[in-house]
Amino acid sequence: MNATTTMAKAALAPATRAEVEDFLYAEAALLDEWRLDEWFKLFAPGAVYEVPTAGAPDDDDSAKALFYIADDYVRLRERVARLGKREAHAEFPRSRLRRMISNVRILSASAGELRVACNLICYRAKNGKVDTYFGHALYSLDVTGQEWRIIAKRVMLDMDLLYPGKVSILL
Amino acid sequence: MTLLERPPIAPPAARTGLVMEDRERFLFRVARKAFTDEQVLEAERREIFDKCWLYLGHGSEIGQNCDFLTRSVGGRDLVFNRDRGGAVHAFLNTCPHRGAQLVREPRGNSLSFQCFYHGWAFNVNGRFASKYADGAYGEGHYSGGCADLMGVPRLEHYRDFYFINFDRDAVSLSDYLAGAKEIIDLVADQGEAGMEIVGGGQNYFIDANWKLLAENSVDGFHGLPTHTTYFDYLTNVGGLRPDKFPYPFQQVRDLGNGHAVIEYPSPWGRPVARWTPAWGDEKREMIEAGRARLVQQFGEQRGLRMAELSRNMIIFPNLVINDIMAITVRTFQPLAPDKMAVSAWALGVKDEDERLRALRLFNFLEFLGPGGLATPDDVEALESCQRGYRNLREAGWNDISKGMPRGADARTDDEEQMRCYWREWDRRIAKGVAA
Repeated sequence: MNATTTMAKAALAPATRAEVEDFLYAEAALLDEWRLDEWFKLFAPGAVYEVPTAGAPDDDDSAKALFYIADDYVRLRERVARLGKREAHAEFPRSRLRRMISNVRILSASAGELRVACNLICYRAKNGKVDTYFGHALYSLDVTGQEWRIIAKRVMLDMDLLYPGKVSILL
Repeated sequence: MTLLERPPIAPPAARTGLVMEDRERFLFRVARKAFTDEQVLEAERREIFDKCWLYLGHGSEIGQNCDFLTRSVGGRDLVFNRDRGGAVHAFLNTCPHRGAQLVREPRGNSLSFQCFYHGWAFNVNGRFASKYADGAYGEGHYSGGCADLMGVPRLEHYRDFYFINFDRDAVSLSDYLAGAKEIIDLVADQGEAGMEIVGGGQNYFIDANWKLLAENSVDGFHGLPTHTTYFDYLTNVGGLRPDKFPYPFQQVRDLGNGHAVIEYPSPWGRPVARWTPAWGDEKREMIEAGRARLVQQFGEQRGLRMAELSRNMIIFPNLVINDIMAITVRTFQPLAPDKMAVSAWALGVKDEDERLRALRLFNFLEFLGPGGLATPDDVEALESCQRGYRNLREAGWNDISKGMPRGADARTDDEEQMRCYWREWDRRIAKGVAA
């Protein structure tokens, strides 16, 4: 997609980039503050949450390729419930998190659905070690209602290998 | 007096002193130094990684002629490829000219390899392929293979699992695998057209000694305490099936040469042939058909064993094939006493129905891998052990005695499978120290 068409579509979008940024920043705060039940409520029933392997192409298909995470709505609910337990050992005690969201773009808009991209860096600190996750995220957002809902979120890690060794947090 | 406060058991002769077995007191202990010491790692490189058969890759990863991939195994950087005629090779990834890494892409398909530094070029069968004007090199420079790519000393395969050995005099792969071949067969026979690595792999690092992952991969004892939340998940989504297996079988087996397996009825679903309610009725028919085919082809006892039982196998020193809620092939390389690089893949049935393939991958991720609902807690446990070993001067020994009084009736949540591994480790390292 070239820059001109992106801008033209953005002009027609049912939301501004500032509104999208507000949504993404609020989502990031919920994750950094471990308010995961509230975070899960951002997802529409039937939504998917995916993290393909580091360096995978944006259009990778979890039905054909091995991902790190390919959750349907039910498994995402269970993932969130799991992270609330002290037996989720990798995250007990909880790691300390902070993420930066930038380069927010509205890729396309149609019938109340926005496709959005942003860049992200997420720092995770635990046991005297800092893990860095960097990449970009692709969202499909339902913006028809009063509250926006995530229909799909895919976090693409742009590292060449998974240096932190695990994706035990929600990205 | 607790177990760890007891004085060390006298080491048997010609052993490292790092592994202590007392069959009368039912005690088996491993020195934590074996996980932390630079000299131990040096001995492992020399006596294990330079002499054992090491897993390189699966034939399906280089399925087409001229496919190649690069991989680090046993401290070497290698090219694993198929030549124009379909023959499989493993070359040291270094230009014979001045040493630059020859292949710098992770994978691809190419009719030749060319070093970017000075341009020496090679056919994919390893033969030198550049032509220089007369006078550039002396007569006979190209003959004798000194300008060809250097292959690893030994490359052999079993059921499309390719292994290398840096010891020219090693026993054959078949002899080395010993009893592990029967377990590989139980996996390799699941696909009528064979098996294949599915859609890429997971490469990650763990800040722990490499042997901790060998232990963990066949450790039935940690399953419930470490993975409570995974079993909660299975319960919540209807993924559990507590059936009784209708035939007698041995739960823990020493497969020889340090290899060991545990086999047990699966509480979870298996895309190959064991349906669970969590998957819905529409997939049931397909999965039951797969199960019926296994029984028809291999007889009821072996067919049901393939369909129903899960199996975790360690092939000494660093290959794991776990045929559980999906099949993972996993290998790991030490980078330092307290750091390893892990490569893990999903193995699936070749020409699988696309719905079953999707289910297999979905099921893999419910437990396995860096983002699974279980593996991250294993990684945490291994790193936690490694941190705990900082106390080794006072707290110097691991205990892996569970089940010793049960002898040959060891259970999957005992630790006999790890003892098989450690006995071989001790034998190989001690041999090197004595030599």
